[in-house]
Amino acid sequence: MLTEYTGVLVILAISLVLIAVLLGIHLRVGPRREFPSKQDPFECGERPVTSPRRRIAVKFYVVAILFVVFDVEAIYFYPWGTVFRELGWFGYASILVFTLPLVVGLFYEWMKGGLDW
Amino acid sequence: MVVAVFVKTAFILFVVIGVLAPIITWVERKQSALMQNRIGANRASVAGMTFIGLLHPAADVIKLLVKEDVVPAGANRVLHLLAPVMAAVPAIIAFAVIPFGGSYHFGETTIELVVANLDWGLLYIFAIGSLAAYGPILAGWASNSGWSFLGSLRASAQMLSYEVTLGFSVVGVFMVFQTLRLTDMAIAQDTTFRAFAFVEGLFGLTLPASLGWISALRLPNWGIFLQPLAFVLFLTAIMAENKRPPFDTPEGESEIVAGYHTEYSGMRFGLFYMSEFIGVVVIAGLITTIFFGGWSVPYLSQEMIIAGVGHFFGVGFATGFCMLVHFVSFMLKLAAMIWLQMALRWTLPRFRYDQVMNLCWKILLPLSLANILVTGAVILALEGAA
Repeated sequence: MLTEYTGVLVILAISLVLIAVLLGIHLRVGPRREFPSKQDPFECGERPVTSPRRRIAVKFYVVAILFVVFDVEAIYFYPWGTVFRELGWFGYASILVFTLPLVVGLFYEWMKGGLDW
Repeated sequence: MVVAVFVKTAFILFVVIGVLAPIITWVERKQSALMQNRIGANRASVAGMTFIGLLHPAADVIKLLVKEDVVPAGANRVLHLLAPVMAAVPAIIAFAVIPFGGSYHFGETTIELVVANLDWGLLYIFAIGSLAAYGPILAGWASNSGWSFLGSLRASAQMLSYEVTLGFSVVGVFMVFQTLRLTDMAIAQDTTFRAFAFVEGLFGLTLPASLGWISALRLPNWGIFLQPLAFVLFLTAIMAENKRPPFDTPEGESEIVAGYHTEYSGMRFGLFYMSEFIGVVVIAGLITTIFFGGWSVPYLSQEMIIAGVGHFFGVGFATGFCMLVHFVSFMLKLAAMIWLQMALRWTLPRFRYDQVMNLCWKILLPLSLANILVTGAVILALEGAA
């Protein structure tokens, strides 16, 4: 049963070896002439004044929370989608009941302006 | 068993990384030159011969390999090296489940032209696609540069958002085919269906005889004919997921320099570059498999080819011939889908970031939910479920 996963392992191994070879050649062959102003992070020729690792806009957290909610709900659609013919109209009604809070939540989020950028 | 898997993997990786990805970088230049009415990609030459620019991919690799490897001061050196690897590995291993041919019986042995025939293939694609988000996020965080950080913020929010739409958009497709296994999905598309049968099934109307050929019209059982809306949603979402133009806000060079890979050079940048172009091939393969019948030849099913050719040359030869025909058919469709993405990339200007996010949450997500519910109701009504 697990034999069908051999392919995934093989392709993972080959890709890791390939990437290691490419990076390895690059790190060997490339020149290395370091001096301070070359190592500066790119800032259009200026010295960076502040660290870039600062607080970030709360919008991105909102997207992350929405993603968790909707992606988990999407996963619940998968088993239903594969067997919904056997479940018939009862299963369809159930998935409607399941979708309703999702749609209401999306609509609430929308009206609250959580989706505006 | 393992040897067969190894041979198939090596073959598909050679085709994709060794042949297709370099050719796509050439196509990108050549097609942009054609679409912008200029000559292009004609500088690299060996002994004065340019081979219509086909040497450029090779020149690229040599250049990327011998460039200096610059790590910015204050960067997290481990994560800075890990980020391109995290971007390239998921792009490559997504190929494991894409079938580039069906299964063929030669006497006792069966040859399946797919690396890993997982029964949750479509879910595997999404799982691996989620891992791809780590590359840009780590790259932006590790680089210690403002531009990289902005780029990685944009990349993470955009990729997360479009993953939701992507997940919903294919539900309709596997409701039709009733499988998540991509090989079975391709087999299910190796037939035809009567295009207007749904009119009779849903509304109880009988098409008048004067419409003759229209009512008898048969289309290949392809995802694009059964789920046209899902195709549009899927194409949009997965192109945004790959961060290529017109959705390349995470690296929008006119706003934030180069986004999350501003501080990358040499092969480290090359891996990001490579993962993007391999992503183009993965997308083309997925769209071909889900919406365009995979390896199947329209109107000629596997049994018909084997029976027809086998009548003259024997079944063994016919099966081998069928395998070859299916592989060529898959590659042709793959090339067409790659061309489609390239044409879109050079036709549309980049969207603003707010447009990208609004498109996802306010248009694509409601549409994909509606598509699922309508598809379910139509199928249940057509099949007269209890």
